[in-house]
Amino acid sequence: MDYGTFSGLYTGFLIVIFIGIIAWAYSSKNKSSFDKAANLVFADDEAVKPSADNKNAGANL
Amino acid sequence: MTVIVTFSAVEFASNIVFVKLLALLSRDSQFYAKHIFANCFVNNAFNLRANLRGNNGQQRKQNKMTSHIENQPDYNYTVVRQFTVMTIIWGIVGMGVGVLIAAQLIWPALNFETPWLTYSRLRPLHTNAVIFAFGVCALMATSFYVVQRTCQTRLFGGPLAQVVFWGWQLVILLAAITLPMGYTAGKEYAELEWPIDILIAVIWVIYAIVFFGTIVKRKTSHIYVANWFFGAFIITVAVLHIVNSAAVPVSMMKSYSAYSGAVDAMVQWWYGHNAVGFLLTAGFLGMMYYFVPKQAGRPVYSYRLSIVHFWALVSVYIWAGPHHLHYTALPDWAQSLGMIMSLILFAPSWGGMINGIMTLSGAWHKLRYDPILRFLIVSLSFYGMSTFEGPMMAIKTVNALSHYTDWTIGHVHSGALGWVAMVSIGAVYHLIPNLFGQGNMYSTKLVNVHFWLATVGTVLYIVAMWISGVMQGLMWRAVNSDGTLTYSFVESLQASYPFYFVRFLGGAIFLSGMLIMAYNAYKTIVAPKGSLQPEPQAA
Repeated sequence: MDYGTFSGLYTGFLIVIFIGIIAWAYSSKNKSSFDKAANLVFADDEAVKPSADNKNAGANL
Repeated sequence: MTVIVTFSAVEFASNIVFVKLLALLSRDSQFYAKHIFANCFVNNAFNLRANLRGNNGQQRKQNKMTSHIENQPDYNYTVVRQFTVMTIIWGIVGMGVGVLIAAQLIWPALNFETPWLTYSRLRPLHTNAVIFAFGVCALMATSFYVVQRTCQTRLFGGPLAQVVFWGWQLVILLAAITLPMGYTAGKEYAELEWPIDILIAVIWVIYAIVFFGTIVKRKTSHIYVANWFFGAFIITVAVLHIVNSAAVPVSMMKSYSAYSGAVDAMVQWWYGHNAVGFLLTAGFLGMMYYFVPKQAGRPVYSYRLSIVHFWALVSVYIWAGPHHLHYTALPDWAQSLGMIMSLILFAPSWGGMINGIMTLSGAWHKLRYDPILRFLIVSLSFYGMSTFEGPMMAIKTVNALSHYTDWTIGHVHSGALGWVAMVSIGAVYHLIPNLFGQGNMYSTKLVNVHFWLATVGTVLYIVAMWISGVMQGLMWRAVNSDGTLTYSFVESLQASYPFYFVRFLGGAIFLSGMLIMAYNAYKTIVAPKGSLQPEPQAA
């Protein structure tokens, strides 16, 4: 395999991986865990202000 | 002392105030306030171990006293406090040197015929101070703060965090001494000579151990996106620094690059552009992904977009370096690759900006009364502006006009003042009350004044450089019908004078905002614990 073919295949491989990442990020299966992750910012506020301020918690896009 | 000589009188005065502040970081304010500042510095160093141990108990006590502070694990806030205060101090120093060299371009006599005050030596001091002292202190403060709070655990490595702090201050001090003395490796943004480079590498590895060690022992299952960005910044900067600083030493303070010719140039700009991409972008995006949602009181607009944002940004940025070497000895294919990758970079950059700004969707009214949020959101606007401008300038034909002109300086400062400095300032205003047991900054009004000074200063600066840069580019390429140049270089320089003054003015206005911040931070830190409560906010 010459260098040109190799870099062509390698580029294709990276594109497939990148599309895989997008599919993984936007799969409905992962939605709830990402919503939870998005609220990690407020995790240590809960003792004081239980979700009073972050109304779009869970409604994360 | 050479370091002091480079400071202007104003900076020096504010530094004295801040050495006092540094002592107050040890929390025992009553005791330290009675000492003169020189003593404080020494005492502070001696008491570090005690502080590390005593901090937890005091923190709990403080939590009881101030009801607005959350119940939280034993976070190591000492190192965050130290880095936060040093962010302000080094910001003033670095920007102060910047204003001085901007003035030297108008009034050359301001180098006072002194070798270590010449433009050529102070310019690298300015860039190193704002990037590696101001910027990295801000990144270290926020990364240590964010990683603890989103992993719900104390920093890993105990005293290693203090090694990172004092080690990094030593690096900055050495830079502030050697650069004005004229020691330089000659590589832009990598001027420091090899013994300092080795120290940087060691401290950086320890920083990585503390950061990633904390992630390993996290109590949460997910690693929050801000930590991904901080992590990419830490790993990539280590790789960039070690590869680009590879050199053959010929004496204690002189070395030659391990690479030669076009390869050396490519390695340098692979480093240089990724210092922009991973230090000044990825690191500060990590800051953005924590402090924008936190200050807005809402989770980030789209967490899924943030994942795609991260992977797209880190995979594309690394290829953009050759756009610094258009029309040079670098092979044409490499130049074109750099240009294409820079154009692609526009997509993840704007994806991230939109994700940050849209976090406010449905809560735009908060911008009306919260100047801290305004800092953060306007920083994202400047980020969007400069990440549109950057890909455009990477196009070879545009670059033929813009390169080597003031346009480049304007572009850099639209990113550096508008994005990096403004997002850091917003984060520091969020941090200081939280770190020092207060509900609010001493004066929200002064935060607002600072916001307007920073905005006006940045706009004056970049508009002046745009006009000057395009004018220079047009003058340099103008030819007469017989093929000779229409203008000499000196004619273009004379035409730039008025814009140099506007730039100086913009920089001075921005710096004055930093001094107001220093005063405001000082008053917040020395106020009795819990005495500053959040102002009632209009709904």
